[in-house]
Order: sequence, then C-alpha cells, then structure tokens
Amino acid sequence: MSGDLRQPAHLTHPTDELSAAERRELIATMRPEDAAGVPELHEVGVPDELRELIEEAMGRYPQIRSASLPALWAVQRHYGWCSPQGIRQAAAVMGVTPAYLEALATFYDLYHTAPVGLHRVLVCHNISCWMNGGDELLRELCAAAGANPDEAGDHGASSADGEFFIQGFECLGACDLAPMASIDDRYYGPLDAADAVAAIEALRAGEQPVPEKALSRRPAAGGPEPDPDPRVAEAEASANPAGHGPRADGPTGDDSRGRGPHG
Amino acid sequence: MTREGEARMGETRLLFRHIDEPGLASIETYRRLGGYRALPRAVHDLESQELLEALEASGLRGRGGAGFSMGKKGSFLPRGEMEKYVCCNADESEPGAFKDRELMQKNPHQLIEGCAIAALAVGAAYVFIFIRGEYWEVADVLDRAVAEAYEAGYLGADVLDTGNRVELVVHRGAGAYICGEETGLLDSLEGKRGNPRLKPPFPAIQGLYGGPTLINNVETLSNVPHIVRNGAEWYKRFGTEQSPGTKVVSVSGCVRRPGNYEVELGVPSREIIFDLAGGPAKGRRVKAWFPGGSSAPVLTEAELDLPYSFEAMAEAGSMLGSGSIIIADDTVSIPKLALRTARFYHHESCGKCTPCREGTNWTAKMLERVTRGEATPMDLDIIASVQEKIIGHCLCVLGDSMAMPVGSMVSKFRAEFEEEIRAAASSASRPGAAGGGRPGELDHSGFDSPLTAEVEAV
Ligand SMILES: Cc1cc2nc3c(=O)[nH]c(=O)nc-3n(C[C@H](O)[C@H](O)[C@H](O)COP(=O)(O)O)c2cc1C
Ligand code: SF4
Ligand code: FES
Repeated sequence: MSGDLRQPAHLTHPTDELSAAERRELIATMRPEDAAGVPELHEVGVPDELRELIEEAMGRYPQIRSASLPALWAVQRHYGWCSPQGIRQAAAVMGVTPAYLEALATFYDLYHTAPVGLHRVLVCHNISCWMNGGDELLRELCAAAGANPDEAGDHGASSADGEFFIQGFECLGACDLAPMASIDDRYYGPLDAADAVAAIEALRAGEQPVPEKALSRRPAAGGPEPDPDPRVAEAEASANPAGHGPRADGPTGDDSRGRGPHG
Repeated sequence: MTREGEARMGETRLLFRHIDEPGLASIETYRRLGGYRALPRAVHDLESQELLEALEASGLRGRGGAGFSMGKKGSFLPRGEMEKYVCCNADESEPGAFKDRELMQKNPHQLIEGCAIAALAVGAAYVFIFIRGEYWEVADVLDRAVAEAYEAGYLGADVLDTGNRVELVVHRGAGAYICGEETGLLDSLEGKRGNPRLKPPFPAIQGLYGGPTLINNVETLSNVPHIVRNGAEWYKRFGTEQSPGTKVVSVSGCVRRPGNYEVELGVPSREIIFDLAGGPAKGRRVKAWFPGGSSAPVLTEAELDLPYSFEAMAEAGSMLGSGSIIIADDTVSIPKLALRTARFYHHESCGKCTPCREGTNWTAKMLERVTRGEATPMDLDIIASVQEKIIGHCLCVLGDSMAMPVGSMVSKFRAEFEEEIRAAASSASRPGAAGGGRPGELDHSGFDSPLTAEVEAV
C-alpha cells in the first residue's frame, strides 16, 4: 500500500488493517527500548476511587495479576471505556505494563477500547433470539436510538447524540427471553417493537426501561411450586421428623441417614 | 431407562425446589427451607476421603458439557497439604444454555454451600466462581450471598469453627465464550487472555497457579448439598443408572413456553419439549433440535422420543452436553441456522490452533455462499469434509463444537441445502442482479483461497 509516506501506516489506521508489507515495516522499526515500561504512580495521577477498587481487587487473589479483569472493569466503569489513560493508571497501580492490560482489553468483548454511548444496549443475535426476531429488534432499537443498524450489528455503534451504544451480541444466556437485550447490564425480554421504542424513551428520561420485561421479575417457567416429588418429600420429612422448622445451625442437628452424630 | 414406578410426568424439582420462594436468595430463607445443613455434615461426619467417596458413589456427572463423574474428578487431585483450588464454571456462554443463570440468581446459597463442601472434600482453601461478565446482575446477587455466608461462618478462615479455611471469590469475566473451556477459564482467572492450554497436565494435577484444581459447573456443584444431606443411595433413586439425578433443562427457540425445567434424567425428550415447554406454535412442527446446546449435532422430529439422558443422546450420535434444548420449527431455514451456528464459533475461536481458526472462518464463508446462491452442491461436500478435518484436530473442543452440529445439518438436511442454493442462485441471477453468482462460479468474494483448492484436492 502506498498512502502518505510521511505518516507511518500504523498511526493512520488500526494495526489489524495493515497490509503484510506495512506490518513488516512497522515491526522493523520496533526496538525493545521503545516499549512502554511500567508507569510510575506519580506520572499517571490515579483517581483515589479507582485506585482503591483496583487495590481491593489485588488483595482478593493469591496472585496479583488475577486482578487484571477487575481492574479493567474498574477503569471502564470510571471512564465509560478502557481509555489509554485509564489503562496506564491501572497498570501503574498493578505494577504491570500498559501493553499487558491492553492485550486483555482487546481480547474480551465487553471491554471498549474506544469511547461509546452512555447507555449500553447489547442485542442478542444468536440462534434462539434470531428465530424469534432478534435481528428486527436490533433494527428497531437502532431506529429509536438513532444508531446505524449495520454497524451496530457488526461491531456496535453509538447514536449520534452519544446517549446510546448498541451492539449485536452473541447468546447472552437468556434464550428464554428471546428476543432479548441487555440494557445497562440488566436483562430484558421478550421485547417487541413497542418495547424497543419504550425502552429508548425511558432511558432518555432517566428511567428504568420496560421494568415489566425485566429478567429479575420472571418466575420459573414451570409455574407455581408443584407438590414435591415423593422422594424429595421423604427426605425433607426425615430431616425434620417432628415437623418443626429445620434447625439451621447445629452441626449435628439433622441426620436423615441414621448415622449417629459425632460430637 | 427411568426405573419403573418412579418415573413421573412433569418436573421433578430438587435443585429448583422452592425456586420462586420470595427471599430464597437470602441466607435466612435458604436456611429456613433446610439449607446449610449439608455443610455441617460434611465437616463433622465425614473425613475428606469419605466425602469424595459419597460423591463418587452418587454417580453425579458433570453438568457443564462433558458429563464426567464429579467424585472421580475430585479423587484425581493429589492429597496432602498444598495449595489446591476449586473453580466453579459459571461462564455459561453456549447458545441455548441459561440454567446456571436461574440457579445462581434465585438460589445462590445452594451453590455456595456446594462450593464450600467441594473445597473441603479436596482440601482447597480457595474457591473461585467464574461468572460471565454479562451476568452482572446475577453476580451482584452472588456477591451479597457470599457476604452473608462469610458473616454466618460458612466461609472464611475458620469454617464453622473447625479450623478449615475456605475463601470464596466471585470473579467476573468480560465476554469470551472460550473462558468456559476449563483451561481457558484458568488462564483468564490468572489475568491472561483466555487461551486454552494443552492437556495433559489436567487441571486436577496442574491447574490454577500451577496447583491442583477441581473445576465443576454451577449445576454440578448445586447438586452436592443434596447428595451430602441425603446420601448417595437416595440420590441414585433419581434418573437412570448411567445418568443419576435430575437435570435443569433450558428449552428455547420455537416453543411456546421457553424456560428452565427440572426433570429426571431419562424422561422422554418429547415430554420436555411438548408437555413442559409447550412445543412449537399451533400448526408448526419440529424440524430440527439441538439436544445439548448449539454444540450438539442436531436431531430430527423422528428422534423426539429418545430418553433425555447422557447415554441415549450419545447413542443417537449427539450429546446431552450442558442440557439445553433448542427447537427449530418448519419455518426455519436449516442453511441459515447452520450459518448462525458457524458464525458464532468463528467469532469465539481464540485463534490458537489452525483447524479451528481457519475451519470456523471458512465454514462460515462457505455457508454464506450457500445462502447467497454462489455455491454448488459440490461445495456441500467441501463443507462436510472441512468439518471432518476439524474434528479431533484442535487443542480444545471449540472447533469440534462447530464441526459437529454443522456437519450434522449438512448430512441430515442436504436436500434443503441444495434447494437453498438453487433458490438463492435463481433470484441472484435475475437480470440486473449485481454479481449474479451462478452455481459453478468459484471466483466470488475472495473465495478462491488456497484452502478451497486444498480441500478440493483431497
Ligand atoms: C468451548 C467450551 C466452552 C465451555 N463452556 C462451558 C461453560 O460455559 N460452562 C461449563 O460449566 N462448562 C463449559 N465447558 C466445559 C468445561 O470445559 C468443563 O468440562 C466443565 O466446566 C467441567 O465441569 P463439570 O464436570 O461439572 O461439567 C466448555 C467447554 C468448551 C470446550
Ligand atoms: S480449538 Fe479453537 S478455541 Fe480451542 S484452542 Fe484451538 S483455536 Fe482456540
Ligand atoms: S440466543 Fe439470545 S440469549 Fe441465547
């Protein structure tokens, strides 16, 4: 590729899109001493709240690097995306290179390495949702929010006003709600065209979108509790012979198998 | 087969017992309904060894996909003092699966109790629940429940004043199906990209941070308190000889009442699909169904009476997998279904090994050609042969997970693929349609790749 020779290609477009020749050229210019090292804390000015979250995560694991995903979550929650600045700050707190965290941020689908709209709407386009109108739902949400549906379906797109980010996503583990969407990390479904419009309007008004379609309100599909299976009833009865409420605390309190309690 | 006299119509709720009881997610209600009575028993009544024996005797098989005996896997961990770990696989990212979500959201303490018992059984001081990042609201429920369990002394430095330490950490993933693969999960938990590892060594010997690690699915671990409380013999009264217990089955797609239903293993599949989930809409028929999530080879209408068990599904050339049934009715185009399936695996392939990285990519491209009418029936042979070359040649089974269902669709519904090619081609080659794409033309959309040539040559 010819292009503007004064500007190296990797500075003008994403490295994923470089030609083989451009790649070779880029690699030839790389020197170990140019690699960014671990940033010093005083160089990056980490906000206290962010620093606390990351340090708390580091304390939860036997090894510090396990806190990498929690650290990136903290960055994304703080800045709205995994910004280069946020990544440098997290790297400084953790004592790793920014490249280390960048390699993770680009691997995992839920991290954004570019700024995105305020409300994140992930629309499932996998098998069960597709069979139930998931593609249409994506288009309706995009129309209501003012986002480009083709881009949204591909890699996600933000609305022109910056209020929304909409992305077609793989199975979200809620095929019982098909077609469904995750809106600001909560699940809703099944959603029809009217729900799509209502959800976007509610978000604009700062309200919870379509609360009646929230996963958290959904009862088990099998309906009200059936009579227990006789074998389950038997076990429950022998665990609780006198018909009193089961003892919750005593280590020797229940003995449904007839073994003698060991003190 | 389900033992005579004990098979019941409808649901058999064991893990789902009281599932919609208000407040079940709180420790108070869980205890009122008999919860946290297995953990004291595990601590006081059983030496670690016996605990594992009971789990092995129960015949409990893993509910995450492979169906391996849980007790046996636990017994592979070396004994003695060393840093060992338990990981609960709550990544649940396979299309069609959503059972772990409901189990965790509504009854988190059942899982926590199971995790704590598993940790005692293998001598691990740390449990990590790896939950997919998309389940943020469910992870919040888990976090609250874990805090309650610490407070009550079921977790922590000194579990129930016995000197046993069990720490439990809820770890949120960030969107990658491959982290459900057990070694991908371990790498991700160590703070790396979720690339699977070469096995052996198996995680039971060398897992998290290089230490012996027991990895089990949410539903597997949720069974544990029931087995410990009521005994292996009692547990084996449910299900079939080779598949004891119940199964929470996620049913979705073209059915009237999609959702999770808990049934005894071995009930006729038709009962789950029709009696419980309501079957397809009026006037529609089941055309194809995945018995075990999108990774399972599809079955047809003629196979609806198969018992729903690990062994019956394996015999039928498919698998029970995670226990998720997806129904496609007679309005669904199988080639388009195959394309959706292939695209998913292509998107999720971690790229570490060639047959999977390239095979998923080319399968998706070839299926696109089919649906655009640019393919020939011979391309179907190429698709089939690519699937054969993927199976058994990858580092983990993600590659196979695409190759098996796609291969089964092409072989069971070949006539429909050929019809799709014809129909798409005749509409695409109408005068004025750009880039006509007649059957036989191979020079479209960058498709004349070395791979095609290579596969054709074979
Ligand atoms: C690509 C891939 C994805 C997987 N995803 C999951 C998953 O989301 N949840 C799960 O429990 N097991 C999943 N598995 C299976 C795990 O590797 C492992 O077998 C399982 O967690 C073991 O637990 P079990 O014995 O209790 O079933 C996956 C396997 C593969 C190859
Ligand atoms: S089979 Fe696919 S997902 Fe698994 S290691 Fe290989 S490339 Fe990665
Ligand atoms: S297919 Fe949409 S949530 Fe599973």
